[in-house]
Amino acid sequence: MANRPLLRLLVIPAALCALGFLAALAAVMQYSLRAYVPGSLEAGGFTLANFAALMKPLYARVFFDTVWISFLTAAFTLVLGYPLAYALVHAGNIALKSAILVITVSPLFLGEVVRTYSWIIVLGNSGFVNSMLLKAGLIEQPLQLMFTQFGVVTALVHVTLPLMVIMLAAALAHIDRDYERAAASLGAGPVRAFLTVTLPLSTPGIIAGVTTAFAWTFSAFATPQLIGGGRVNMISNLVYQLGFASFNFPFAASLSVAGLLLAFLMLALLRVAARPLERLGPH
Amino acid sequence: MTRLPSPKPLRLLGWLAVIAILGFVVLPALVVAIAAFNAQAILSFPPKGWSWRWFAKAVAYQDFRLGFRNGLIVTAWASSIALVAGAAFALALERYAFPLKRTLETVLLSPLVVPHFTVGLGFLILAAQLGAARGYAVIVACHVVLVLPFVLRSVYVSLRNLDPRMELAAASLGAPPHRVLTTVTLPLLVPGLVSGWLFAAILSFNEFTASLFVTVQRTQTLPVALYNYVREYADPSMAAISVIYILATAAILTFANTFLGLAKVLNVEPSR
Repeated sequence: MANRPLLRLLVIPAALCALGFLAALAAVMQYSLRAYVPGSLEAGGFTLANFAALMKPLYARVFFDTVWISFLTAAFTLVLGYPLAYALVHAGNIALKSAILVITVSPLFLGEVVRTYSWIIVLGNSGFVNSMLLKAGLIEQPLQLMFTQFGVVTALVHVTLPLMVIMLAAALAHIDRDYERAAASLGAGPVRAFLTVTLPLSTPGIIAGVTTAFAWTFSAFATPQLIGGGRVNMISNLVYQLGFASFNFPFAASLSVAGLLLAFLMLALLRVAARPLERLGPH
Repeated sequence: MTRLPSPKPLRLLGWLAVIAILGFVVLPALVVAIAAFNAQAILSFPPKGWSWRWFAKAVAYQDFRLGFRNGLIVTAWASSIALVAGAAFALALERYAFPLKRTLETVLLSPLVVPHFTVGLGFLILAAQLGAARGYAVIVACHVVLVLPFVLRSVYVSLRNLDPRMELAAASLGAPPHRVLTTVTLPLLVPGLVSGWLFAAILSFNEFTASLFVTVQRTQTLPVALYNYVREYADPSMAAISVIYILATAAILTFANTFLGLAKVLNVEPSR
């Protein structure tokens, strides 16, 4: 027990951080149960009125949209991420591998605002895509890409892709290449070897990737805020609006709590849905 | 490494798909770079004229300067505090048994799954309840909590890869625990510490959603200043500052890849 003082020194700073985080979460929980006093930042007495007020079609719509957008984003990210992760792991030369890796992870380091702004320039009515299509004579009117679910999902896929690729590549990198060689030597074609060996063995990566992509998108804010422009709303946008446009912090807090519960519920459902797939993975 | 036999057309198709997807990844950055040199205030593709003036305007813009300065202050504090707290805890986690170990670990990793707007809202309410003015302390505290999981993971991974015999050798030669820590363990951990700190700094500097909740006009960080600009104006200054951002990011990523081995940090290296 000679090193107990050292241990205390090692744990205390982190324990203080954990306490701060728990206090912040407790503040949200507590506010979600307090009454809103119009015109005041102070909250009133304890009440369940905020949660009762959540039971409106308007909020149901936002909850549904949040889940749907997260689902679409996770699905498209998987489809685009898999070939990229496969190429990253199987690329023969180092320079190529590095290039793929650096390009792939770059959106992650760009910052939400810069990235979202870039997509506004790509998707806007006089933006890149519309200008090119108009010039090529393929369309006569600019396509409405901004303020649509399509635009929001496109930009969300872009930022979620790095995470998905990292998780898929980690799984693919740890598959023993001998299994694939064995399948090939037993006469399986490359497509068959991929579908019956590589793909099933990478299921842990797929599950981790999809789960993370879903959770990550669920809490997206800047992208739906700027590209959705108030016409596509996710829970985060409503929380911000309630807090900073109407200063109804208790209601914003209850919406956050409901959002958190919904996120955990959806992740639990995903886990249950993934269970049969897990049996395909390595044991 | 023998390559799997794979018919030519299939390989070609695969590479075309990969190139198309990489194109999708870099497209926004390329478009922004073109827009930044647009001579007019209103964007058009292709631009009718070229100019550097948006760069001059962006660099001189007061809110961006203030945001950059605030961002540096917050990032320096937050990433350093997170580095110390995270590295110390990773060490405790790897080497010792203590009460509430797993609980504490779960709490410290949970900011990864709790939405940033919830964390931001929480710190905002907490600061209001404590009567703390909305100064830097709240922003720093909020950022520390958000980046700590990344430091924790990065340091923990390099601790696992460390040969415990080095420490045993030092201890058997009579070095007391704190001496082993400072002369053997910490020097061997330097790559993990640097990459953890770098990750934390990049994430803190870029953190937007939670920052939007806990900053005020006077303390706003660069991403918040950028967001306010995008909402108000549409001129290419924002594109110019985005280009600066993208170049800085590319430089840091290339640095990280060259000196720290990005593939190793991200754990995507093949097992053999």
